Amino acid sequence: MSATKANEEQGQTVRLDRAALKLDCGATLDHVELAYRTYGTLNKDKSNAILICHALTGDQHPAGINPLTDKEGWWTQVVGPGSIIDTDKYFVICSNVLGGCGGSTGPQSDKPDGSGPYGLDFPVITIADMVRAQNLLIDHLGIETLFCVLGGSMGGMQVLQWAAAHGERVFSAVPIATSARHSSQNIAFHEVGRQAILADAAFEGGRYFDSGNRPRKGLAVARMAAHITYLSEAALQRKFGRNLQDRDEVTYGFDADFQIESYLRHQGMSFVERFDANSYLYITRAMDYFDIAAENGGNLAAAFKNSDTRFCVMSFTSDWLFPTSESITLVRALNAAGANVSFVEIESDKGHDAFLLDEPEMHATLSGFLASAATARGLA
Amino acid sequence: MMIDPKSQAAGNLNGDRIDLQLIADRVAPNSKVLDIGCGDGALLELLARQRGIDGRGLELSQSGVNNCVARGLSVVQGDADTDLSYYPDNGFDTVILSQTLQATQRPHEVLREMARIGERLIVSIPNFGHWRVRLDLLFNGRMPVTGALTASWYETANIHLCTLRDFTALCDVLDLQVESCITLSYGKARSLKGRPTRRANLMAEQGVFVLRRA
Repeated sequence: MSATKANEEQGQTVRLDRAALKLDCGATLDHVELAYRTYGTLNKDKSNAILICHALTGDQHPAGINPLTDKEGWWTQVVGPGSIIDTDKYFVICSNVLGGCGGSTGPQSDKPDGSGPYGLDFPVITIADMVRAQNLLIDHLGIETLFCVLGGSMGGMQVLQWAAAHGERVFSAVPIATSARHSSQNIAFHEVGRQAILADAAFEGGRYFDSGNRPRKGLAVARMAAHITYLSEAALQRKFGRNLQDRDEVTYGFDADFQIESYLRHQGMSFVERFDANSYLYITRAMDYFDIAAENGGNLAAAFKNSDTRFCVMSFTSDWLFPTSESITLVRALNAAGANVSFVEIESDKGHDAFLLDEPEMHATLSGFLASAATARGLA
Repeated sequence: MMIDPKSQAAGNLNGDRIDLQLIADRVAPNSKVLDIGCGDGALLELLARQRGIDGRGLELSQSGVNNCVARGLSVVQGDADTDLSYYPDNGFDTVILSQTLQATQRPHEVLREMARIGERLIVSIPNFGHWRVRLDLLFNGRMPVTGALTASWYETANIHLCTLRDFTALCDVLDLQVESCITLSYGKARSLKGRPTRRANLMAEQGVFVLRRA
């Protein structure tokens, strides 16, 4: 087999210079850079490429070791040599989203006029803008059609946007624990997070990089609130209950008496070490604006009309952030559009984060779907 | 606990559903097929293998759907009573409902939707007019439990049982033409042109109907 060996197991950044990126907000970004990572080898026909889209606080390192943190990638349950998304068989691509803080162009990037980082001067971006940038990356890699685009949560939104806007380049699509529009409740939670960041005196109107200080407290609170929405009541109860943290009785104060408090504080504090507050504002905003039906006169089915893409939609029973009802709305629209769709609700008490965890039923479904899609694509 | 309407109504022969092959024989090669209540996907798999169809399934039980998708079939979780309205007009060549009609809330609405979605319908039902059923009721005065209807009345999922003649009467109401009918009795199949006779209504355990919009 003659094949192109491309950047295996390493990260790199591409400058997408061929075209300026015209954004939904009306602004234009020149010289957009995307940090991305690939695994495996692109075959001769260039027919084995899989694009993985990461979630809100994810990055371009789903598998292998993340060079920044020295920790395992965020989806090693599913991606790797011999795994379900087998990097011995597929050419797997993952890029840090536009607006992110993993090396792609975002609010921490320098402005073209040399006056320092954008901060809040960065234009507001959308999920469609993120996908436009990925689309340029796929051009750059010389790939015509992606065998599969998949992702959970905000990654799932990108999957849907790919299928709706560039369906001819998407052979199969796996949107997991996601929705075709961000719900009112989800916008509400994001707003709480953003206000926590904006209320931190160290935020300094988004120009915290000038002082070298960072809005750690605000971002940590944002993460703490968001983290609760990724879990479920049952999982919290099972894991923490009312257990006390390193003490035998409550202290009648505001220390972290309970294990759940200590756990959340830890989540918040470790998050600020790896994530940028401005990026958090921009990416949550992009999710809030996401509504595929609105772009098609309120008709979700119209977004997927004449789609040849094979879809596999998955949701989790205990996910209250992107509940199964959102997936059912999507599946009904795909059926109305005559699309080829499979839909599975996975029984799990782990909440929204279940898609990142060891969920054998999800893995069996994904594995079966990919195998049949690979046969249809001539990859088996 | 509800008992799966299929396993209780299908009549097993050497562990295989004998109506499946009969249905498969009546599906055009390479056509687009929707299987409503597709269970574990046995029929869709058979159709894909033998007929090369482009198949889709709808199934109520989560474990059924998960099995299907893990086997590479295009199946969604949903309810025949509520979800058929989301499928487009004439989206399929053939729409199949095997051993499921009697477990739906509104069988006539389900058939109406099926006729909207596809021109050709294949429907298989257990026959409540079978002589064993009639004798059971006559002599024992108890709700019948037979080879084709294995569950007791209190745990059966079959809430809308009918005889073969009841079914064809409903087809008349819905303007559905009975193209052909196969009756099954103790593992033996008989092919009938048009609708079942009174004798067939007495002798058959199951009926497989091929219907067309009149």
